[in-house]
Amino acid sequence: MTINEIQDEIISEFEMLGEWMDKYEYIIQLGKELPSMDESLKTDDRLIKGCQSRVWLHADYSDGLLKFTADSDALITKGLVALLVRVLSGHAPQQIAEAEIYFIEKIGLQNHLSPTRANGLLSMLKQMKLYAVALAAQNKL
Amino acid sequence: MENGTAHTPLLKDIAQVRQLFPILQSSVYGKPLVYFDNGATTQKPLQVIEAMDTYYRETNSNVHRGVHYLSGKATDAFEAVRKKVQRFLNAAQEHEIIYTSGTTAAINLVASSFGKKYVLPGDTIIISSIEHHANIVPWQMMAEERGASLKIIPMLPNGDLDMEAYESYLDDKVKLVAVNYVSNALGTVNPIEKIIELAHRNQIPVLIDAAQAVQHMPVDVQQLDVDFLVFSGHKMYGPTGIGVLYGKEKYLDAMPPFMGGGEMIQTVTFEKTTYQKLPFKFEAGTPAIAEVIGLGAAIDFIESIGIEAINRYETELLAYLIEALKSIPGLRFVGEPEKRAGVVSFLIGQHHPFDVGEILDKQGIAVRTGHHCAEPLMRIFNVPGTVRASVALYNTKEEVDVLVRGLRRAADMLG
Repeated sequence: MTINEIQDEIISEFEMLGEWMDKYEYIIQLGKELPSMDESLKTDDRLIKGCQSRVWLHADYSDGLLKFTADSDALITKGLVALLVRVLSGHAPQQIAEAEIYFIEKIGLQNHLSPTRANGLLSMLKQMKLYAVALAAQNKL
Repeated sequence: MENGTAHTPLLKDIAQVRQLFPILQSSVYGKPLVYFDNGATTQKPLQVIEAMDTYYRETNSNVHRGVHYLSGKATDAFEAVRKKVQRFLNAAQEHEIIYTSGTTAAINLVASSFGKKYVLPGDTIIISSIEHHANIVPWQMMAEERGASLKIIPMLPNGDLDMEAYESYLDDKVKLVAVNYVSNALGTVNPIEKIIELAHRNQIPVLIDAAQAVQHMPVDVQQLDVDFLVFSGHKMYGPTGIGVLYGKEKYLDAMPPFMGGGEMIQTVTFEKTTYQKLPFKFEAGTPAIAEVIGLGAAIDFIESIGIEAINRYETELLAYLIEALKSIPGLRFVGEPEKRAGVVSFLIGQHHPFDVGEILDKQGIAVRTGHHCAEPLMRIFNVPGTVRASVALYNTKEEVDVLVRGLRRAADMLG
């Protein structure tokens, strides 16, 4: 599936959920299901510091695909981290670099991408893109 | 602007008090707003909103310099509030009241100006481990500049200050003690009478950060014999952008100006400028005039109810809140001070405060989550932050019940 197909899939999953509580319960469940990152990987260079919650991001590049693993100390953030990983992980750097992330707004969680929220999610998305842009540029050389 | 006794609201008629706050009639996400983030800022009553509105409609002019009618009117209103603040704090003299933009600015003023006058290399400033960043960083900056150092009064496990340690720190190297009256993160009411008395025995002046105190309890600077006391307007039902520095004349007179500019000068030549007397020496530039008027209206509002009545009501409400929180499985308090005002900090099980806060938000309940600008304190407790509920005179027991139900729901959802 392409990045946008996955985003659309998530949006329709959320459309089936009724009020905010169901959406949050689903996100929390995703957060619980996302395997915790190995403690040895939770190093400062992988830490994306937010004022409220912390996010760790690890990137692997092999066979032309960029793969992400991530974690957060807050459950709702971790659920959204899981969704971002589901959308962006396992694609070519060029595709990730060019991707436009719209599903978070469509499912009504756009406040999590607000810089004032300072929960690390926006910084994580930027960091994912940075990895992709750097690798895409390298590939062009 | 005038004293609001015309519609004196009685606290026993809380519905009537709530009617005075337009924002309390609003809904968020379709649910009635339940506002428990008063430690961050309180909501504003109509008197304050209307006083500022009326000022801009009818009085707006610059103060202290105009020859014309409006300037005189604005200056009178502006200076009348200074008298009001003087009375509110029971300060000995009007010119001991300095307008600042808030608590942070007031502390920075003292740190910089007092530091220049009195602090030498090797000297010490005492602060405590339960301070807001605003009462830590200005002292660090000053200490670094002056070659001085900070001593930090440790905290007992319950969130009270270790007074024995404090006493042992007081020696002739200490130039100032700066502590809060009430901790914004824990709600601890510090024994400032004792803190001041012990410091004074060693001829050391004391600054009290009363940002979380003046809205909850009577504060009498002469009775406390405090040397500096600071607070913000916006945490006591007034506007943002205005705060107060109270300082004893003998210190304020001796201290150099903090900022230079208009209003604070007597004569200016390119060779030498002489400064105005108090309070203007410390009020460079055009002040926040409408905000000062708003602060005056906020004091009128508080006095129309009575600070003692507010204190009694809030103490009862806080006790009810704490008992209600105890009914939530897995809830633990962060800080259980002997004496508490305004604030309760807690965590539920292993749930991240941010998650709890977000689920409360979706139910229309506003609390604060995070480190409350007290990172060193959070490190001592070894928590990423807390959930903080803070009360104001308009909160009700029914709202406490909504909060508790909301917390139970959050705990259920986070499992």
